[in-house]
Amino acid sequence: MLTALLAMAGLTLFLGLVLGFAAIKFKVEESPLVQKIDAILPQTQCGQCGFPGCKPYATAIAAGEADINQCPPGGEEGIQRLSELLGVEPKPLNAEHGVTKPKSVAVIDENICIGCTLCIQACPVDAILGAAKHMHTVIEAECTGCELCIPPCPVDCISMKPLQEDITTWKWKYPMYAIKHF
Amino acid sequence: MAYVSNSASVSSVMLKVLFALLPATAIYQLYFGPAILVSIVLASVTAIGAEAAMLRLRKLPIKPFLLDGSALVTAWLLALSMPPLAPWWLIVIATLFAIVVAKHLYGGLGNNLFNPAMVGYAVMLISFPAHMTQWPVVDTLAHAHLSLSGTLRFIFGGELPAGMKLDALTLATPLDTLRTQLLLGRPASEITPMPVFGYVGGKGAELIALAYLAGGVYLLQQRIITWHIPVAFLATLALLAFGFHAYDAARYAAPWFHLATGGALLGAFFIATDPVTGATTPKGKLIFGAAIGALIYLIRTWGGYPDGVAFAVLILNMCVPLIDAYTQPRVFGHVKDQDKP
Amino acid sequence: MRKLFDFHGGVHPAQHKAESATLPIATAPLPTRLIVPMHQHIGNRAKPIVSVGERVLKGQMIGQADGYISCAVHAPTSGTVSAIEMATVPHPSGLPDLCIRIEPDGEEQWVERTPLDYTTMNPSELRNRLRDLGLAGMGGAVFPSHAKLNPGRRANVPTLILNGAECEPWITCDDLLMRERADQIVAGGKIMQHMLGASEVLIGIEDNKPEAIQAMRAACAGTDFEVIVAPTKYPSGGAKQLTKILTGKEPPAGGRSTEIGVQVFNVATVYTLARAVLHGEPVISRVITVTGNVERPHNFEALIGTPVRELVALAGTPRADTQGYIMGGPMMGFNLPSDQAPLIKATNCLIATSPKLFPAPPPALPCIRCTLCAQACPVDLQPQELYWFSRAKEFGKAQEYDLFDCIECGCCDYVCPSNIPLVQYYRFAKSEIWAREREKDKADVARDRHEFRDYRIEREKKERADKLAAKTQGPKTPAPGQPAADSKQAAIQAAIDRAKLKRAGVEPKNVADLPPEKLQEIREIEARRAQLKQAMEKPSDTL
Repeated sequence: MLTALLAMAGLTLFLGLVLGFAAIKFKVEESPLVQKIDAILPQTQCGQCGFPGCKPYATAIAAGEADINQCPPGGEEGIQRLSELLGVEPKPLNAEHGVTKPKSVAVIDENICIGCTLCIQACPVDAILGAAKHMHTVIEAECTGCELCIPPCPVDCISMKPLQEDITTWKWKYPMYAIKHF
Repeated sequence: MAYVSNSASVSSVMLKVLFALLPATAIYQLYFGPAILVSIVLASVTAIGAEAAMLRLRKLPIKPFLLDGSALVTAWLLALSMPPLAPWWLIVIATLFAIVVAKHLYGGLGNNLFNPAMVGYAVMLISFPAHMTQWPVVDTLAHAHLSLSGTLRFIFGGELPAGMKLDALTLATPLDTLRTQLLLGRPASEITPMPVFGYVGGKGAELIALAYLAGGVYLLQQRIITWHIPVAFLATLALLAFGFHAYDAARYAAPWFHLATGGALLGAFFIATDPVTGATTPKGKLIFGAAIGALIYLIRTWGGYPDGVAFAVLILNMCVPLIDAYTQPRVFGHVKDQDKP
Repeated sequence: MRKLFDFHGGVHPAQHKAESATLPIATAPLPTRLIVPMHQHIGNRAKPIVSVGERVLKGQMIGQADGYISCAVHAPTSGTVSAIEMATVPHPSGLPDLCIRIEPDGEEQWVERTPLDYTTMNPSELRNRLRDLGLAGMGGAVFPSHAKLNPGRRANVPTLILNGAECEPWITCDDLLMRERADQIVAGGKIMQHMLGASEVLIGIEDNKPEAIQAMRAACAGTDFEVIVAPTKYPSGGAKQLTKILTGKEPPAGGRSTEIGVQVFNVATVYTLARAVLHGEPVISRVITVTGNVERPHNFEALIGTPVRELVALAGTPRADTQGYIMGGPMMGFNLPSDQAPLIKATNCLIATSPKLFPAPPPALPCIRCTLCAQACPVDLQPQELYWFSRAKEFGKAQEYDLFDCIECGCCDYVCPSNIPLVQYYRFAKSEIWAREREKDKADVARDRHEFRDYRIEREKKERADKLAAKTQGPKTPAPGQPAADSKQAAIQAAIDRAKLKRAGVEPKNVADLPPEKLQEIREIEARRAQLKQAMEKPSDTL
């Protein structure tokens, strides 16, 4: 009886040591969770999630203060990837935070713009060029389509233009089957 | 996307497999009576019915899937593996299990993890071990002969003609005989001259095995199967048998005996080569075939069953994803496959 | 006899080459109009440098190369630019792209052509000239040739391969070119040999083209070029596969063949290079096979920009059962979105399709993992696994199984007994992965810009606070009792000063020499602004 107990205790101790050693020796340096979450978020910085940008939202998710379904630009796919990362069940997008829209960019109607610079201040990625009393313009390549510039505009000269597919961004479609598979 | 194709189709593949089984079936019928034909018909009808019903339940188009012939191949292979004199419900349940559970519940053609025919066979072997030994004796040794009508009456009604006993019709298979006799302590040299043994394998059965080999060569020539699995399978089986036979010929049967008896050749060319459930990479196929051959030898020699094709194939079916993942071939232009999983 | 190597897999589809290979190359007449796309090559789209209404000469540059991986586009004949517009181009998407439309004047008046003295020219300048002459791979991949003729860090590329394998069924344009213009190809090969510093030049031709082999051998007499006959097997004409056949070496995956000292050019590219260097002619025409469901299958030398409809009409009146046109061969080509699309540098073949010649494939069945595709794959992939992952949209897994090594040759499609459109799945997966990569890049840029903006705001705040601190700690010490109010006031004052300064700094300087009508316009806008400002300040609930 005693030998059995001792043997078990010894074995436990030994295995514990092995595991402890392995944990130190083979430790994998991982980037912090916030960064991993932030890498999944679309970086539109639109604030639709209720946080002032993607990073704050990522921080809130990591801290367990926000749910994973508050990002409309990320859409279902973003939620799916977050759920995989965090090991939680995916859930549908929370409609309170808006709906997923096709990718768009802001366009300033240059005939109406009065050069008030309010949109420049609102743009989270400095994608609007212009100076006071000078017509502004959006750098299309850098616009994230966050729509934050629309409300401050006093003359409603900004509109969202959906991005058009051209031959360089065109994607091959999922093949259609004559027979249903599943 | 190619606009042209070499016009191969799943049904042509399956038809060629059936065609390759014809000589063996003919010899089987010639030496062991018409019971095998009854089994094949029973299994085929059940398989087609079950397939159609399952396709309907799963709301899939029936015609193209029925015409692919895969259910028929399963039925034939199953019938050829089962003892033909078993009662009708045995083959029917086995086929139903193969088609409904092993095939369709796992996602249907192309998605099943386990070889349907072998699942059906193994389930029957475990559930009805006594019925699974009703192997007909080769004509030349039989004390009585059953006509087609007699066979039908026996399979469907369990009645034998007056005065005839089941013992007169069936006999333990060579593998079974060898196993029991070895357990009794008799040396192999005394066992093999017994009447149920032929030149190298079972009397009559060795001819069927030869026909399987011919069918397998046809499939190889038609590029329906590749050489990897049969060669690795048979080579491993023969090599192991040779090693032990050389070590102690009294206790271990000769390699040619192992190759020519039981399901070795049927398994090597027709069952282990089932594309859906087998390994797919060239190296993987070699491992897959070799492991089956080794397992069969282990089961035959030290296991609880006289033959082990079904269990060996099913166990290796489980390992296929792993084997495939670790045997991805080197892709053109890659120096080393260090980036493999 | 040189030792040849074999590559894994490959297929032997029905060749259908005899149809179009019997007649000599015919020169296509001038079409009624020419539509010249600006994006005919891999890389950046060329920039139009002509304007509507302008008269252009034959061979005049109308689109300028944009960046290093790009090449110029030229007017195929003399005439008038009638439009610069988005028009249908030969692309599987069917989407329009920027084209220049030219109405020919029938005079065929050439721009001044100057042959290049390649032996004495600076190599870098020579490559730039080739880019300006619009040279791109004419085998179908249209990669800008000048970039491939740069030996890079290596001093030279020892092996130059001229690819005359032409392994796709139906296509015979390279065959005919080699038969009829072997001398020019050899001349082009010499120029390339010089540019790359190659010590050996191998010409690979499949054994189903005996006349071409003979003609090339005759033209190579007296040179150190070697014509090598390769067994007919698709896709031996793939650059990587031909390299393997002739040298036994495999170009590294994801890398360039120059890394193993080999460079491969299609014979049609070599021919156009010879025309460009020795005659100063830019790429304005090419030899193209018109075959399939037409009366007289034929090879034509046609101008780039010729509408497909006019080109196929040269091979006889279109037949009633013609469904459409495949550009390229039946293994790798695609259905043209419209017969209005023009001929481009990549168009080596047009096949008129009919239900009889190209019957629709039977409905696809599930994959049975028969591995016929893996046995046919020339790059030793496991197409059944790639299909599985692509279908399930498991793109990470697909990449792990080397999806991007797939050359989309169609061998797997060809042998699949379940008739699964495998290549379509791979193309789908590849373009999805590319799109994600683009999105990720864009997100990274957005993240950086957002972080920089936060940093900038923070910095400005700090600068302001520092300035304020400097000011408040000046000679006037705040009166005890109300320091807070004072500093606040000072801050406001500082802000006003700054704003004034700023305003002065950004006073519009661009109105100085505007015409009076523009100034009038500006005044009107200012007036509108003032009105709007008033309107905004007026409290109103009707807004």
